[in-house]
Amino acid sequence: MKNNNRDFSEKSDRVKENVPDTVSATFISLFIIFLKIGAFTFGGGLAMLPLIKNELVDKRGWVTSEEFVDLVAVSMTAPGAIVINTAVNVGYRIKGIPGSLASVLGASLPSFTIIMVIATFFLQFQELPKIEAVFNGVRPAVAALIAAAIYKIGKPVFSNTKSMFFIFFYLAVSLILNLHPILVILMGGLSGLIFYRNDIKNS
Amino acid sequence: MLILNIFLSFFKIGLFSFGGGYVMLPLIEKEIIQGNAWLTHSQFIDIIAIAEMTPGPVSINLATFVGYKIAGIPGAFVSTIGVIMPSLVIILILVKFLSKFYELPIVQSIFRGLRPAIIALIGLAFIMVAETSIFFDDLRSIGIAVAAFIVLTLTRINPVLIILGGGLAGFILY
Repeated sequence: MKNNNRDFSEKSDRVKENVPDTVSATFISLFIIFLKIGAFTFGGGLAMLPLIKNELVDKRGWVTSEEFVDLVAVSMTAPGAIVINTAVNVGYRIKGIPGSLASVLGASLPSFTIIMVIATFFLQFQELPKIEAVFNGVRPAVAALIAAAIYKIGKPVFSNTKSMFFIFFYLAVSLILNLHPILVILMGGLSGLIFYRNDIKNS
Repeated sequence: MLILNIFLSFFKIGLFSFGGGYVMLPLIEKEIIQGNAWLTHSQFIDIIAIAEMTPGPVSINLATFVGYKIAGIPGAFVSTIGVIMPSLVIILILVKFLSKFYELPIVQSIFRGLRPAIIALIGLAFIMVAETSIFFDDLRSIGIAVAAFIVLTLTRINPVLIILGGGLAGFILY
């Protein structure tokens, strides 16, 4: 890969032109950037993409715009959280495997610590009647959140009869046969190879 | 050994979480609730709600919380590391050897096929959550769900605020 040995200790011309404040990339700075990104990501991973672009492309020039597009595509296609995938990707490009570890550590630390704090208290307070009341309202809202996600992701797909068939098929076999979701994923990938080959060829 | 099993379960979950954090919900349901009875459905739903409202990716929040619920601090550590590890390995391999893999026609075909599967799995997640949160004889739950759905689809208000709104409604109505 072309940029494996990029040296960030010198300011490149590109960076001198566009970026007012250049910090040479170190493990600590990678860690801190992703700590910030991880701390300000709420809910869906897509929402934090502008933040990542701002920090990595606009402010520091560690990644070009084209590389960023590439990054996002890889992060969204590979399994796992988009933030984590991006952290691994960027960290590796800049400082190799140790860099990817520093980034991932930064990205996951806010989640981990905050959840640990909440979890220790929550499990004690869960039983209180007023807390239960709050959650009686929170739970339907979460259901709505998931429904909204289906609507958003599914809208482009709902008009496609073939895909609709598959959606109902997978739902049916999952519910009736109690199939493991991993099998549904594998079937999906396989069906892609068999039934969607031509869609790709024609597009 | 419990700790090892938690790690393996979450490694599996992380490995197959295509298409966003919600796909993880049926995976966790199968591995953690059905497969191992480490958690009940209603406990899980509350954990999902908190994972939505706290900073950080939903998947990491979920893994950490569930791991903690099952086996305390060590559980939280291995569940989080377990769910992150597939990302680490796969992304490193892809960046090193196949950075434009997503442009290959085969890969694109596979992902076209994956999309209905992902939607179906998120549909399963919805069914699971709705079963324990929306009840036909409880108009309040239906009202909150419908109101939240409308606001979420028609406006760009932060989902976290919607959930907090639901909590407030719950506090008042229940």
